[in-house]
Amino acid sequence: MGFRIKAKVMEEDDIRRAVRRIAHEIVERNRGASDLVLVGIRTRGVPLSSRIAEAVASIEGVEVPVGRLDITLYRDDLHTLEQPVVRETYLPPDLEGKHVVIVDDVLYTGRSVRAAMDAIIDFGRPASIQLAVLVDRGHRELPIRADYVGKNLPTSREEKVKVALKEVDGEDAVYIGYPD
Amino acid sequence: MAGEAAERRHLLDVDDLTREDVERVLETARSFSEVMRRPIKKVPSLRGKTVVNLFYEPSTRTRLSFEVAAKRLSADVLNFTASTSSVEKGESLKDTALTLRAMGVDAVVIRHPVAGTPWLLRRWLDVSVLNAGDGMHAHPTQALLDLFTMRERLGDLEGRTIAYVGDILHSRVARSGFKACLAMGMRVVAVAPPTLLPPVLPEGVEVSYDLDEVIPRCDVLYMLRVQKERLLEGRFPSPQEYSRFYQLNLERLRAARPGVVVMHPGPMNRGMEIASEVADAPHAAITAQVAAGVAVRMAVLFLLLGMGERGD
Repeated sequence: MGFRIKAKVMEEDDIRRAVRRIAHEIVERNRGASDLVLVGIRTRGVPLSSRIAEAVASIEGVEVPVGRLDITLYRDDLHTLEQPVVRETYLPPDLEGKHVVIVDDVLYTGRSVRAAMDAIIDFGRPASIQLAVLVDRGHRELPIRADYVGKNLPTSREEKVKVALKEVDGEDAVYIGYPD
Repeated sequence: MAGEAAERRHLLDVDDLTREDVERVLETARSFSEVMRRPIKKVPSLRGKTVVNLFYEPSTRTRLSFEVAAKRLSADVLNFTASTSSVEKGESLKDTALTLRAMGVDAVVIRHPVAGTPWLLRRWLDVSVLNAGDGMHAHPTQALLDLFTMRERLGDLEGRTIAYVGDILHSRVARSGFKACLAMGMRVVAVAPPTLLPPVLPEGVEVSYDLDEVIPRCDVLYMLRVQKERLLEGRFPSPQEYSRFYQLNLERLRAARPGVVVMHPGPMNRGMEIASEVADAPHAAITAQVAAGVAVRMAVLFLLLGMGERGD
């Protein structure tokens, strides 16, 4: 599906600052980083979680384990997909007692986050699950909210939010626009 | 296994699949082998779907493998074994199919001693049909799990050489395996006594009667089960003579390439087509094949049933 840009809402520097702020908030709220695990939802949550982990390391001097989660097998809209593609999932071995922070690029209906929580609970019983997103665009269909938000972006349902990250797209930016 | 062709909702033989489809199954199976290493080996993808295992022929590993695969995807599983069903009272396959249709099942996994039965079943049922072995004809999920196992051991399969050794005439494993291996760009050699070779083989399959000549140039040695009941048909003079010429033993294995992969679809006749020490050697990928069977069948069920209505 194509994408017609209406506006660029975050530049490279905005994303860098948002990531750093989220890292600070995570450290503050969890009183350090010793029991933290970051889990990025594929695709763009994965590089975001690595960036947050780097920022936490520079603030606290602690290497936080980072996982990658593919939620395809847990989606409740599988029947609407033409061809589901399952990709690799990796989570650090022991989640028991850990504070897991799910990281995603955009928070919209909340269904991806619900699927991610189901998946994480299948791997172990963390002490808590928190949520960090770069953009919260509203329109929740489930009672889910983010603990850490890079930018709140009010949108209409007709609009689309596109997060571009260097690791995947070759640039850092957030666009708002319309499907073509 | 998406796409235009209505056939793609079924898996009847390897020909149903394009190379792209095969790649997708193998890639998806890799993700499922990760699921099998989790503390909770179950995902909710097929919750609410019902899969029936319709087995008209004895089977342990294929039936269990399909059952485990469906359960790990959270599907409900019904097991139907002909010997303990109304088939004994004379119920026809068609009536059994109509009963299943009325019960609203979503997929039927069928094994039948008569070749072509899954194609017949597909005409009566508007749900996914998966062939788990029909007569001497086809066994597509076995071919896919074999490809998966080989790829895990060898990496890219293009240009690799596989020898299928033994009773090729009666082997549905070999028939589907030939097609799958050729489609992936492998060289295929059929090694057997002349009496155990079919009159026609797919184009591209080389024939040899001499296992010792073939072994040094193979990346995979695929030993087929000698079906002992065939002894009565006089296909070979004695088990001893068969073993002398076609058994994979340690001495023969020494002539093989260092990283050679030894495979067998099971159940094995240790001491007949394969020596016990070879079956337990590190070259043998036989238990890996069983594990791959669950992952590949999960992938196939997921890809066939996990999608929406396609208007076919």
